[in-house]
Amino acid sequence: QVSEAAASAPVCWEERNVTAIKGPGGRWMIPPDAKESMDRSKIGLKGPLKTPIAAGHPSMNLLLRKTFDLYANVRPCISIEGYKTPYTDVNLVTIRENTEGEYSGIEHVIVEGVVQSIKLITEDASRRIAEYAFEYARNNQRSSVTAVHKANIMRMSDGLFLRKCREVAETYKDIKFTEMYLDTVCLNMVQDPTQFDVLVMPNLYGDILSDLCAGLIGGLGVTPSGNIGANGVAIFESVHGTAPDIAGLDLANPTALLLSAVMMLRHMGHHEHATRIQTACFDTIRDKKVLTGDLGGSSKCSEFTADICHRIQDLD
Amino acid sequence: VNENVPHLQILNLLKQWGLSLNGKDKIKAQEVSRVVGALKKEPPQPRTFMRGIQTVTLIPGDGIGPEISTAVMKIFEVAKAPIQWEERNVTAIQGPGGKWMIPPDAKESMDRNKIGLKGPLKTPIAAGHPSMNLLLRKTFDLYANVRPCVSIEGYKTPYTDVNLVTIRENTEGEYSGIEHVIVDGVVQSIKLITEQASQRIAEYAFEYAKNNQRASVTAVHKANIMRMSDGLFLRKCREAAEKHKDVKFNEMYLDTVCLNMVQDPTQFDVLLMPNLYGDILSDLCAGLIGGLGVTPSGNIGANGVAIFESVHGTAPDIAGKDMANPTALLLSAVMMLRHMGLHGHGQKIETACFDVIRDKKVLTKDLGGNSKCSEFTEAICERVRDLV
Repeated sequence: QVSEAAASAPVCWEERNVTAIKGPGGRWMIPPDAKESMDRSKIGLKGPLKTPIAAGHPSMNLLLRKTFDLYANVRPCISIEGYKTPYTDVNLVTIRENTEGEYSGIEHVIVEGVVQSIKLITEDASRRIAEYAFEYARNNQRSSVTAVHKANIMRMSDGLFLRKCREVAETYKDIKFTEMYLDTVCLNMVQDPTQFDVLVMPNLYGDILSDLCAGLIGGLGVTPSGNIGANGVAIFESVHGTAPDIAGLDLANPTALLLSAVMMLRHMGHHEHATRIQTACFDTIRDKKVLTGDLGGSSKCSEFTADICHRIQDLD
Repeated sequence: VNENVPHLQILNLLKQWGLSLNGKDKIKAQEVSRVVGALKKEPPQPRTFMRGIQTVTLIPGDGIGPEISTAVMKIFEVAKAPIQWEERNVTAIQGPGGKWMIPPDAKESMDRNKIGLKGPLKTPIAAGHPSMNLLLRKTFDLYANVRPCVSIEGYKTPYTDVNLVTIRENTEGEYSGIEHVIVDGVVQSIKLITEQASQRIAEYAFEYAKNNQRASVTAVHKANIMRMSDGLFLRKCREAAEKHKDVKFNEMYLDTVCLNMVQDPTQFDVLLMPNLYGDILSDLCAGLIGGLGVTPSGNIGANGVAIFESVHGTAPDIAGKDMANPTALLLSAVMMLRHMGLHGHGQKIETACFDVIRDKKVLTKDLGGNSKCSEFTEAICERVRDLV
């Protein structure tokens, strides 16, 4: 609705469902028509998916990640004026390597009572995410990239990750590059998040930090997210849950998905449309007249949406 | 021959430790001076129970370590805490087999006294030996790192009501140090979780909760992703919970904890977790209350050993200038008193410290004032006298 109202953002939607299907070899996959659509259009916008419990198949998010090699998870965290949190000036981006690291899933029982879990870091994945981070910084006028690591403890694995970051930094002299231990980042983040800009890190650290930063600006209900894949694929998504208790009741807050869509527009180069929509959304929230329940108001999703649409029309 | 002549004392000690000044085992000058440094301390006092006074090993540390230690000792004296201090230095020494160790007199003191208080130690860069903190951890099997994070009224942060404790397993997990190059460009790092260590830390957490009137323990994990390793950890936590039905138990994913922590830290009480998560969360929580300069920390070891310490750095730029803030070390010493059952003294000193900070009249620079360390210390002493 918003994109239509937004003086026709040059986007047309092709809806697809994503559920787990068992292919010929017994291997789990996403529906072929969903895959075909994504491969063709390259850009996707996704809402929350149910987490299967004992469904016998892996999570849909994992399936999507594997299908499209979604190697970078990107979350811009910007304080939303009008949505009060203990912080007012957050403006940073977390870029998380999303294919390897601690989430390799390789675990063994060594002897009874002793378990090992393997963290894998590869030169290729580290270089790829580092390059993405610097490209992102350049394309989005961000001034610095900070590599987050624990190479003092994990000398080889995080050491390799860090080395690739440093190498890539050399080829992006226009972007400032720094390194910081993960624990120091957390210590400093909660005292003064304004000191951070773009943060790049391996999988687990990214999992933690991206949620920490989402918390700084108000939680998953207002945080956008994007997943960058190989072959130009990019899927933008809200990272909150499906909220079954309010589903279908016109109570939901579309902000997270909307801001993810704004991220998508910027990724596609449609900066003006993106800014218009984002401004309208932030204005509505700042105004506090029409807010959904989770934002502290009592308006319906449709009312909140209409308010944003009006503002966009005004901004035109 | 007068055996009190220093160089003969040195030679004797060296012989005892299997080191030699001659021949191919010739040790370097620095090592000799380290030995001499150890000798400068008084000989170990016999452990006495004069009127219930307990001897505690004090490791002042480097940089601002000595001056904040002095501050703590002064405050303890005014508070008439039944503590006598036995100072020891901790530097890395290479033992007979070439293995790095802490000075024998420091080990002997800790083993005897069981309780220690430690200031910040220099981090060696390319010194050829592991960090002192790591050495201490291995020497005394310091398996639990405990950090109570309580908001300090008067020291403004975005949060006002933090009151939680992080309990971190400190011997295994992601910090096993076991890494390999698999093939060129592929590295693996091994995270080890054992039933024993998980059980031990879980039991400690519940004991701590009980002894400190904490209502709940939350196990922090990523068992949805690391099913086996964090799964094992979680299982042992659940088992320990069964044996401590008076303490509430729940579980939460690490990312969810972080998400919620920065929005509302008051929902948390005691948090229990493996090594890396503990490293992160304990620093995150320290940040919530104002940073490492005001955060106490304790390390619990096997055989009843417990070493309490400030976790900030040595601050060489202000060392010796009477500018340091002794709060972190002081609050760690308070934690120590509580651990020893000296709750009355612990409360008195903590109250005095918090009162001075709340008052804002005498604050060190890092707390926003411009008083000297000695003035801040004296203000706390005055408050303690009033409270006695």
